Amino acid sequence: MANQLRASKANVNRRAFENAMVTGISVLGTIVVLVPLIAILVYLIYKGASSLNVAFFTHIPKPVGETGGGMANSIMGSCIILLLASLLGIPVGIAGGVYLAEFSAGKTLGTVIRFVADVLNGVPSIVMGIAGYSLIVVHQKHFSAFAAGITLAIMMVPTVTRTTEEMLRTVPYALREAAYGLGVPRWRMVMSISLRTAAPGIITGCMLAFARVAGETAPLLFTAFGSQFWPSGLNQPMAALPLQIFSYAMSPYDDWHRLAWAGSLVLITLIMVSVGLVRYVTSRGQLKGGH
Amino acid sequence: MGRAPAAVREFLRARSSGKVGDSVFRGLMLACGLSILAIVALIVVMLVQQSKLSLHEFGFKFFLRSAWDPVAGDFGALPFIYGTLVTSILALLIAVPLALCVAIFIMEICPGPLRGPVAFTTELLAAIPSVVYGLWAVFVLVPLMRDKLGPLLVKLFGWTGLFSGSNFGEGLLTASIVLSIMILPVISSITREVMSAVPVSQKEGVLALGATRWEMIRIAVLRNARVGIVGGIILGFGRALGETMAVTMVIGNHADISRSLFAPGYTLASVIANEFTEATGDLYLSALIEIGLALFLVTIVVNTIARLLVWAVTRGHAVQGQ
Repeated sequence: MANQLRASKANVNRRAFENAMVTGISVLGTIVVLVPLIAILVYLIYKGASSLNVAFFTHIPKPVGETGGGMANSIMGSCIILLLASLLGIPVGIAGGVYLAEFSAGKTLGTVIRFVADVLNGVPSIVMGIAGYSLIVVHQKHFSAFAAGITLAIMMVPTVTRTTEEMLRTVPYALREAAYGLGVPRWRMVMSISLRTAAPGIITGCMLAFARVAGETAPLLFTAFGSQFWPSGLNQPMAALPLQIFSYAMSPYDDWHRLAWAGSLVLITLIMVSVGLVRYVTSRGQLKGGH
Repeated sequence: MGRAPAAVREFLRARSSGKVGDSVFRGLMLACGLSILAIVALIVVMLVQQSKLSLHEFGFKFFLRSAWDPVAGDFGALPFIYGTLVTSILALLIAVPLALCVAIFIMEICPGPLRGPVAFTTELLAAIPSVVYGLWAVFVLVPLMRDKLGPLLVKLFGWTGLFSGSNFGEGLLTASIVLSIMILPVISSITREVMSAVPVSQKEGVLALGATRWEMIRIAVLRNARVGIVGGIILGFGRALGETMAVTMVIGNHADISRSLFAPGYTLASVIANEFTEATGDLYLSALIEIGLALFLVTIVVNTIARLLVWAVTRGHAVQGQ
């Protein structure tokens, strides 16, 4: 009896030890991950902030050898390309999501589209870049902001479609029945009940898609191509912030390295602020709608 | 039962005009949904068409040859396949254990108030663009690798022969480390998603039988979620295969197959990024596009497998939840 008790005591000890060890490992692992992650962010803010100045936002790049200059043309170029991508990609994406959530019930086609959207999401952006090049640049015979906008739009569509679908599925069926009960046609129901109710979530999804493509560099290499001048039309090569960061980072000049850090900080601020702002606004809207 | 009053009939007739609107609307939505299928089809057709030259010239052997000589017009993709596999697998070896630690910590161990911030920080890292990671790697990781990490590895593991040759800071290993940081948030968030799909009642049941927390995690959580976790890992692998900018910036860009992890290398994605706009000659361009086509097909397969595994786990959850 006493022996048995001792044995089980040893067993309990071993299990407790195992438990403590695994807890320790997972805490340690998390620290190992979090420390460099936070270090990256802090380093980026420190390097970026110390390199930012007014000229950065108002000047275009100076030729090699001259100090100063800024990335104003890249910021503007990025805004133009992203606006174009959003205008093209978001409506198509939302409509695709509406089809999946409202019209595809029980159909194989819906499952296929849903699955392909998920898989398309994982296609490397560089492949999208070559696709954009083969689709547009080859036929136009020159690089253009237009080609970049379309390529990024294509990358936004699957993300927007899937989040729109998920959000529409959270709309209570009773709301739809109430609308039908009033004799409203289906399209009116979707537009003014489903989409309106799910709007905060859909907007968040669109912003996430936007944030994802805002930092993309690879697809722009063969479409927008980059430029050292102010944007001069959608049909011309155009500067973009990620492209400029890339070429400055790979250059041998200290001055350009500083501009690359400043550019990175601006790019990340753009991404974080747009996502944060929309999350804040929509979470407040949701609360209001709930009461 | 008499006929409805005229006003009501009028109202209903006006409503039935929604039929035309409905079918137009439905068609429009369907077209946009189908556009996703069209995009994929278009990409395949375009890439095949543009890489025809290289497909004809080299055939399937393209992927088994290690020549890469643009001047002589001799192309083979083996060095890039090697570089891609080595960096991706190494990145997984680093990222997977850490990602599991983070996921287990956030889901099961973390005290309530810390949970949000820790999860938020890891998610935040997923939003940083590849090119910015590359910038950080060029100016922080490369010197660190050259002066501290590299010599340390030689001292500890020099006998394996994996760390021979001169260490410039750039190379396969540095690229793998950057990749591991970039795919870690993806793997840990998928792992969390499938772990949260495990029913609470099962966890409670195991605890009620007297299990320790680790036993509960092992028996109830990990066993139930393992298929989905594998899916998440494969998804991370797919991401690592296609990552371009950060890798291009630190891998050294050299089309060689070398046993040393310090040696400069090249990946499928980075050779495209680096040489595409400089490609002179149709065959050169066509070979690069063929590499893109291969990357596209491989990531499609990898992602399909991963998605099916993750679906298998989270779908069951949705059914149980109802």
